Amino acid sequence: METPLQRFLIRLGVFVVMVVICVPGLWVVMTAFRDNVEVMARPPVWIPQAWTLDNFRSIFGLSATQQGIPVASYFVNSVIIAVTSTVLAVLIGMAGGYAFARYNFRFKKASFLTLMLSRTVPGISLSLPVFMIWSRIGLIDTDFGVILVYLALNIPFTIWLIDGFFRQIPHELSEAAKIDGCTAWQAFWKIEFPLAKSGVASAGIFAFLTSWNEFALASQLTRTTASKTLPVGLMDFTAQFTVDWTGMCAMAVIIIVPALVLTFIVQKHLIAGLTFGGVKG
Amino acid sequence: MQSFTRRFSPPFLLLLPAFVIIAAVILIPLVFSLYTSFTNYRLVQPASLWQWVGLRNYQRIFSDIDFWWAFGRTVVFLTIALNLELVLGLGIALLIDRITTGQRVIRTIMMFPMMFSPILVGFQFKYIFNDNVGLINNAIQSLGWSNVTIPWLVNGWTANFAILTAEVWMSTPVFAILLLAGLMAMPRDPIEAAKVDGCNSWQVFRHITLPFLLPFIYIAMAIRSLDVARAYDMVKIMTNGGPAGRTELLWTLLARVGYQDARMGMANAMSYVSILLSIYFTYYFFRKLATARASLGSMA
Repeated sequence: METPLQRFLIRLGVFVVMVVICVPGLWVVMTAFRDNVEVMARPPVWIPQAWTLDNFRSIFGLSATQQGIPVASYFVNSVIIAVTSTVLAVLIGMAGGYAFARYNFRFKKASFLTLMLSRTVPGISLSLPVFMIWSRIGLIDTDFGVILVYLALNIPFTIWLIDGFFRQIPHELSEAAKIDGCTAWQAFWKIEFPLAKSGVASAGIFAFLTSWNEFALASQLTRTTASKTLPVGLMDFTAQFTVDWTGMCAMAVIIIVPALVLTFIVQKHLIAGLTFGGVKG
Repeated sequence: MQSFTRRFSPPFLLLLPAFVIIAAVILIPLVFSLYTSFTNYRLVQPASLWQWVGLRNYQRIFSDIDFWWAFGRTVVFLTIALNLELVLGLGIALLIDRITTGQRVIRTIMMFPMMFSPILVGFQFKYIFNDNVGLINNAIQSLGWSNVTIPWLVNGWTANFAILTAEVWMSTPVFAILLLAGLMAMPRDPIEAAKVDGCNSWQVFRHITLPFLLPFIYIAMAIRSLDVARAYDMVKIMTNGGPAGRTELLWTLLARVGYQDARMGMANAMSYVSILLSIYFTYYFFRKLATARASLGSMA
């Protein structure tokens, strides 16, 4: 079958791939805990000589060298916006996905297509008219304005994933429950929902990641600490001529950690959600 | 009464919230945007919203060489990026499929770039390709290959290469994960049978593995095509379209025209071109996916 040489080459290949995936992120994380002098040093210092939390202190405004970038309020905004839009998108997506999976109705194909095509509109192109309308009705720089937009971004994909999952659950299960005396509502929550849980979980994760990471729309629809999110805040560091590398890396760590933690918690649902929601849907 | 129940049927009620939001945030703004693209609207002159100019914006952008450069660059960029991601993703999936120990850990690591914000990926590679403090120049100098500092993001060609690297780094794992899931779901019997019948590895791959993977390839492509425009975030933070417009994509160009030059009418005309481009990519891959699904269904 496999010669030792082949096995070695395969392992080497996988190792190289892992290095390419990990090194950029690790490099950023490492910089976040390093001194600015060490980062700028010539010749380069590869192994950090001293670890420091100063970069985090300074971006949160806790050190003598005030940065003046209100990362804490960006973080709060990000959490509020991402959590609210995720929860609502999952609820609305579940209703919509269930409708597509269980019912036949007029314009079914057309409405599905409309939903999917609405997702393809590039964020920056959508931002132009939304910016014009939101500024007229006073939604610019509010959490609500951003949440509403993210909800619209997340609903189509959520419906697509959840629809695929409900379709795999045999229709007969809920019918049997109804014969046994459940109402339609009970049959849904007690029989069908538990079976579609991993689809709902993966839809939720994708919605959260989209909202947490989105930049193009948020950068135009938010102005101040009232609604600015972390990805938009990251650009604050490049507003000057010199880029504050260590500060930006610390900010990057703050953006990535919540997404990372959350994804690992539900990771087993993720791949299943993507592949089987898609293939069989 | 009958028409009443038909109008308010369960699917209608279930889909109502979704469509209200999509209409409010996407459909109505797009109609407004279409109207604006036929006016001379400038942000600083609110009255210009009512100045109908017909097709003038479209005529101008179609005769503008900068627009065509950005358009062409966007199409070439997407074509190269998607193909590269597919080939690399397929290669990585085939490699990992042949590893028996530690596959779980490897798959977990591969999900890493999926969680990154595009703006974060852009920043990460801006830092790595930086001429003074970047990882790549540091490595080149430490290894003693060269002492010059290569200005990656200042030269047009290398800046495009850096952006492409960022894009490929972010999206290849998605392809690899999905194709690996496909490989693992593949029945082994046909492969054994083909080997018994004397097929070599290439023939097995070409005539058995690849056709089976096709729907997975199109799912990955379809999912990916939904957000091709996120390259905007990366370009925005890495080069902002520079040097001298050499990395300008359609999306960065329309943002510049709309927000910086405040020429909203013109920007909306460009944004319609970008929307049609995105719809074309998505439509193409969803069609392919539907065909592949149908053929898979007939196989099973």
